[in-house]
Amino acid sequence: MIQFLNSIQNSLIYKNFFLVLSGLDNTILLLLISLPVGFVLALLFALGRVSKIALLSRIIASYIFVIRGTPLLVQIYLIYFGLGSVKFIRESFLWYALKEPFWCGVIALTINTVAYGAEIFRGGIQSIEKSQVESGLSLGFGKFLLLRKIILPIAIRKVLPSYGNELILMVKATSLVSLTTYMEMTGIARKIMAKTFAPVEAFIAAGILYLCLNFLMVQFVKYLEWKYNPHLRLNN
Amino acid sequence: MFKFDKLVFGDAGWGDEFLIATLMTLLVSILSMGLGLFLAIITVWAKIIQNRITRFIANFYTTVIRGVPELLVIYLIFFGGNTVVMSIAKVFGYNKYIELNALTIATIAIAVISATYSSEVLRASYLAISKGQIEAARALGMNKFSIFFKVISPQVIRHALPGIGNVWQITLKDTSLISVTGLVEIMRQSRISSNVEHSPLTFLITAAILYLCLTTISGRVFKTLEVNYSKGFST
Repeated sequence: MIQFLNSIQNSLIYKNFFLVLSGLDNTILLLLISLPVGFVLALLFALGRVSKIALLSRIIASYIFVIRGTPLLVQIYLIYFGLGSVKFIRESFLWYALKEPFWCGVIALTINTVAYGAEIFRGGIQSIEKSQVESGLSLGFGKFLLLRKIILPIAIRKVLPSYGNELILMVKATSLVSLTTYMEMTGIARKIMAKTFAPVEAFIAAGILYLCLNFLMVQFVKYLEWKYNPHLRLNN
Repeated sequence: MFKFDKLVFGDAGWGDEFLIATLMTLLVSILSMGLGLFLAIITVWAKIIQNRITRFIANFYTTVIRGVPELLVIYLIFFGGNTVVMSIAKVFGYNKYIELNALTIATIAIAVISATYSSEVLRASYLAISKGQIEAARALGMNKFSIFFKVISPQVIRHALPGIGNVWQITLKDTSLISVTGLVEIMRQSRISSNVEHSPLTFLITAAILYLCLTTISGRVFKTLEVNYSKGFST
């Protein structure tokens, strides 16, 4: 038994596991900034998309079209390599953020999730029954109150499953930031691979950690669904 | 800032290289979409026959691949694939070094990813077919193959087309990750060109525009296909 435990402790996968684990905080840091900011911006963009101001709606629609039509990798590279190559950006205050791969990653991930999130929220807002808005209006609700008390709660509740999907896609998308030399879990796994030339062990260790992270995310979304959709609970 | 003159065709610019790279992206997408659909059909079959073991394997496969970043899957297959193939070859008594070419690895890696998405789409559209139809076909004395080809497939295709269109877009965008393996598709080409010309913005914007064109055009194609396949159905 002890021999077995020792052999596990000496195995490459066990050592790699803790090495990769040291990159977990960097992965989570990316998510902690880009997800909340992305959520708020996505809501605003969705409201702008369904608003009656045609120009605003048009601009947001084309933004969503461009971001959803191009791979995230292109967006990350454009921000990290592309913007860094422009001279007046290098001389402006923006350079303080754009010279760090971390902030480039955060900006790219936020831009990406805002486009997908806005489209999801738009679906939720547009699926609200008209009668509910009308009853709010008949009670004398102002625009803002209507938004806060009727439209947003119903819309967010409805789209929770698909927004949860988007959250999981974002967890997976953080791995792409490793290509801009940012050392999160995938980056560390690749470094281990280059050092030990044991690719399978390194990437399996990282894969297990991503699976755990996604599992937690799924549970979190499930909890939110359970909390905010009390009428759909089975045993009541 | 944006150097248009670097994008001309011929020796002076990178136009022809980008054309070839675009075709490569399309080739990888089409090949991996096809292989992915094939894998997806097997996965769906493993899920719907009443067998615990195959269902467990299929569920494990889809859950794991969808829970792990695409980049990791590609790295794993790119760096680990050779080892696996060589160890399989060793069993058959072939001891020389085998190296799979980049296109094969790219196709397999993207197909493995896209199959998990396609399998969900196909499973949902299979379940949308009412059981009465299959029973009716059986009552008419059709054998399994003709049931599959004459009753199930046409309806699955019609139900699944919108979903498959989405999977195609995801697959097309995932091929950009293949650039890490060294296969020269749009993304890799834009990195090579920008390293030579020291003008990343030009070539990355070119890449973005090319991807945007590909996704838009293929979106149109799928719209037409959907209209074609839903003839006679009011939706």
